Amino acid sequence: MKINFLIRSLLATLVVITFAYCTNTAPDQAAASQTAAPLGGGQATVQDDVSAKDIVKVASGSPDHTTLVAAVKAADLVNVLANAGPFTVFAPTNAAFDKLPAGTVEGLLKPDKKEALADILQYHVAVAVYKPEMLQDGQVISMANGGNVTIGVKDGKITVNGANLLASIPATNGIIHVIDAVLLPK
Amino acid sequence: MKYKHLFLLIAAAIALPSVLTTPGCKPHNPVSAVEGDAAEKVYVAPGKYDEFYNIVSGGFSGQVSVYGLPSGRLFRVIPVFSQNPESGWGFSEETKPMLNTSHGFVPWDDAHHIALSTTNGEHDGRWAFINGNNTPRIARINLSTFRTDEIIEIPNSSGNHSSPFLTENTEYAVAGTRFSYPMDDDNSNPDVGISTYKQNFKGTVSFIGIDKESGRMGISFQVLLPGFNFDLSRGGKGPSHDWFFFSCYNTEQANTLLEVNASQKDKDYIMALNWKKCEEYVKAGKGKKMKVNYAHNVYDEKTQTATSTLEHETIMLDPKELKDIVYFMPCPKSPHGCDVDPSGEFICGSGKLAAVIPVFSFSKIQKAIADKNFEGEFDGIPVLKYDAVLHGEVKKPGLGPLHTEFDGKGFAYTSFFVSSEIVKWNIQTLEVVDRVPTYYSIGHLCIPGGPTRKPWGKYVIAYNKITKDRYLPTGPELTQSAQLYDISGDKMKLLLDFPTIGEPHYAEAIPASLITPKSTKIFKIEDNFNPYVSKGEKQAKVFREGNKVHVNMTTIRSHFVPDNIEGVKMGDEVYFHVTNLEQDWDVPHGFAVKGANNSELLIMPGETSTLKWVPDRVGVVAFYCTDFCSALHQEMQGYIRVSPRGSNTALTFSTGNKVEPTGATK
Repeated sequence: MKINFLIRSLLATLVVITFAYCTNTAPDQAAASQTAAPLGGGQATVQDDVSAKDIVKVASGSPDHTTLVAAVKAADLVNVLANAGPFTVFAPTNAAFDKLPAGTVEGLLKPDKKEALADILQYHVAVAVYKPEMLQDGQVISMANGGNVTIGVKDGKITVNGANLLASIPATNGIIHVIDAVLLPK
Repeated sequence: MKYKHLFLLIAAAIALPSVLTTPGCKPHNPVSAVEGDAAEKVYVAPGKYDEFYNIVSGGFSGQVSVYGLPSGRLFRVIPVFSQNPESGWGFSEETKPMLNTSHGFVPWDDAHHIALSTTNGEHDGRWAFINGNNTPRIARINLSTFRTDEIIEIPNSSGNHSSPFLTENTEYAVAGTRFSYPMDDDNSNPDVGISTYKQNFKGTVSFIGIDKESGRMGISFQVLLPGFNFDLSRGGKGPSHDWFFFSCYNTEQANTLLEVNASQKDKDYIMALNWKKCEEYVKAGKGKKMKVNYAHNVYDEKTQTATSTLEHETIMLDPKELKDIVYFMPCPKSPHGCDVDPSGEFICGSGKLAAVIPVFSFSKIQKAIADKNFEGEFDGIPVLKYDAVLHGEVKKPGLGPLHTEFDGKGFAYTSFFVSSEIVKWNIQTLEVVDRVPTYYSIGHLCIPGGPTRKPWGKYVIAYNKITKDRYLPTGPELTQSAQLYDISGDKMKLLLDFPTIGEPHYAEAIPASLITPKSTKIFKIEDNFNPYVSKGEKQAKVFREGNKVHVNMTTIRSHFVPDNIEGVKMGDEVYFHVTNLEQDWDVPHGFAVKGANNSELLIMPGETSTLKWVPDRVGVVAFYCTDFCSALHQEMQGYIRVSPRGSNTALTFSTGNKVEPTGATK
């Protein structure tokens, strides 16, 4: 409850900040004839209802990943994950975040913990597409933060650093593997 | 002393006429022609959109270019008549048929005029048409995909210049012969002496019907005409809807040194043609069926493949027999531009060598026809009396008038090649109200919506033939150029120079709002019916048909499937059918293989393109993606092994570590 409230207010603040940022930096309309154009807020803000969804759009549409999405926003990684990629994202569910010791998420969402939060989130991202059938027992994958994760494959079940891979969802710029625990950099 | 006075007098005498004819006073230094706020008026901030698309002829490049206005930024060069190895246009197996003609494969042309489709005489943002002047053709560009969807060859034609101007509802595009040539009864080109021009040479104008829904073109009918040079044309509007007007020069019918010999007469003609009447005669079976041979090339969006069909029949109307379809109006000195104002009442002829701009009145033309107010006939076609059809003349407007566009506020803007200027004049009163210099030697000009019933105004763009010292020099070949002027006030104001490709003959400009909402982002993979599509990596395969090896390949960030191929042998022809599986806007992949004698490919999301590759040596050859697609673009590569003729290397393919033997030979 507390977390949810925190995230909601954080999101609201972010929206306000983003909006204010955009209006403040919008170039002088008097300059030249130009039609309404995108906000220029980065790739995640591109208006496109035709293309298939990228990782950000897939995650944003998942009710099980609201904490992750909020964290990605707080760490300023939204535009990064809307980039061309290609990415593999291990995406912990809300329940996975809930398993962390009380106060951990709230702590990480504080502005002065942005770098630590980014480090954790980047530990969930690899720059390459690893489809489930390409994952092998004992395989080591290097992650965006510089750390490594180890894949386990036993009886057809895939794990990453011991977290269970629950589902895999393709996105235009990579693939999302849903996992049941937060990966903490070693 | 005396001499000095004389000198001053002469100098004054020389200066005086130029002061009189250019009341606006030409600035000595072009820089001073630009006012302080020009930069602001053309500045489109990063991330902002331009207000207009400027669709510009690529001239001798054979292509079409797309710019933004007012910024002058280049967005695209659309390959049309010329092969383009960058995208594979005219090189890929799918697009090669687009450049087929009755003369075989013609991989270039000299493109001239843009015509944007209209409904009720107003821009509808659906298609752009452009003519190929050399091997007479008209192309239709889809303004959703910005691709050439169709090219039709024009039979019984040579030098397709007065083209591809449109009727108000895009019922027809027209084509005319700039170069008349000998046509005998079956319209073949007989072997006769060139000096028999007057007896044997004929001209034609063609009406190419355009399907309302699909835009598909077809030659509806042609009109057989005397051997003149048909130069430019415009469809009527409103009251003159049923008519089309063509400028004609070389009514002297010279076959040599036209520079002198086609400038003998005081007046040539503007031809008024009633296309509605022509339609009636065609329906009534009054046309003569002619055997011809022309190519009709269509790109099918579903199969993503072009087909070229040779067609063999046309219908020819003869105005000597059908007396009420064609009339000539005398027009001074080799008319070039032939432009119809937004009301449809006034037709401006621009005699390249004339000291006036005659403006004809459509209602007077109708009256003169009704009253049979003819001064005579030319080759059996009535010639109307000049004074009977004239609204009036713009006197001494400048030197070398070429083309006229309209702002919708009652003013016309005419380009003057010789005096390098744009002159603004009042259509009703025929008074010159403003003039500005252009740098240098303007040809066509463009006002957004200028040739339509509803001009958008705001700017006029000059397309100049000569740039000399306007840009940093690049050796003997200099850039082509456009110049943007603000026409929102009483006086035209120069805002911007911007370089263009080829020779920017004609151009049109259209509000972005009519185009952007329907711009295609991706091709849906489920709608791809290319016979060699792989709709997923599992469908990728390699198979052999005799000495043809087909590689049905996929691309997605950031790998090919397959990326290891073995079993190709010397003497084989390899067809890489590359499907881009991406369904994401602005993520094309490229394909290149060493030693390809044709081109690379650029494959849009959801599209399949095919490159033929004939290996010329034994060994392992790399292929790779040429369009920076992702962070691992440099990893996007593969190998194909070429074994000696007769070797027993099995045909296999793989990606990753699983090797898939190929299926049974197809």
